[in-house]
Amino acid sequence: MSNSQLSISVESMKRVELITIAGRIDSSNASELDDALKQAMNDGKYNLVLNFKGVNYMSSAGLRALVAALRECKKHRGDVVISEPSQRVAEVLDLAGLTGAEDPLFKVYDDDVSAVGNF
Amino acid sequence: MDKEQILTVPGRYDQIQVICKFVSAGALEAGLNKDDVFHVELCCDEATTNIIEHAYGAEDLGPITVTYEISEEAFTVTLQDDGRPFVPDDVPEPKLPKIGSTSQGEALDDILNSLQIGGLGIHFMRQLMDEVYFSFNGARGNTLVLVKNLNPEDQE
Repeated sequence: MSNSQLSISVESMKRVELITIAGRIDSSNASELDDALKQAMNDGKYNLVLNFKGVNYMSSAGLRALVAALRECKKHRGDVVISEPSQRVAEVLDLAGLTGAEDPLFKVYDDDVSAVGNF
Repeated sequence: MDKEQILTVPGRYDQIQVICKFVSAGALEAGLNKDDVFHVELCCDEATTNIIEHAYGAEDLGPITVTYEISEEAFTVTLQDDGRPFVPDDVPEPKLPKIGSTSQGEALDDILNSLQIGGLGIHFMRQLMDEVYFSFNGARGNTLVLVKNLNPEDQE
């Protein structure tokens, strides 16, 4: 974990946690994303906006953290939504069938304002 | 003439990026476009993750050898390990969400289950590569071959 290329910042808003992620997500560091999401949920925050503008690469290891968080947040009547996904992240989410459908598991927004406004 | 390059790394997650850089350089040299280079990189990442998680069962239990070959027709990557058999035919296709067929909770459980057993990585390989072959040989472990055709528009 010494030279992870992932940066995660969390901004607590009134009803939402805005989590901005940047870098490359693969099996070597997906646990850092998982830990950050779990920490928010442990603090009782179940409305999460994840900004993926700065993520230039994500494998299914990253999806695992996202899906686990969505499952937990839905149990608590919250939601996890995606804001500004990069082209690569959008493609991986679509390939996995998590977005793109008429009633997708993850809602995707063009910017943080509309993503936060969803809650 | 065909060109071949070989890389052997320890089976650790921090080697994923080393493998990705190695195959990306080959894919670019083969003339694949940026999207296809990303697809090759992603599939090799997923394959490496499956080798460590399923064939070896943990990190640092054996090497991974990656070979790429550039021919007139195709860019071919082969990944080999010395681990337990990992037979993807035994791994069910991921149950991707279908509108109205399941509740979102059930759909999420299905996807999580598929992610645990490496099913989504295999789904990516089958979606993104032109050919995918798995084989197991007791003496040499698992061999996975990923093929990307170089001139798909010429092929019927």
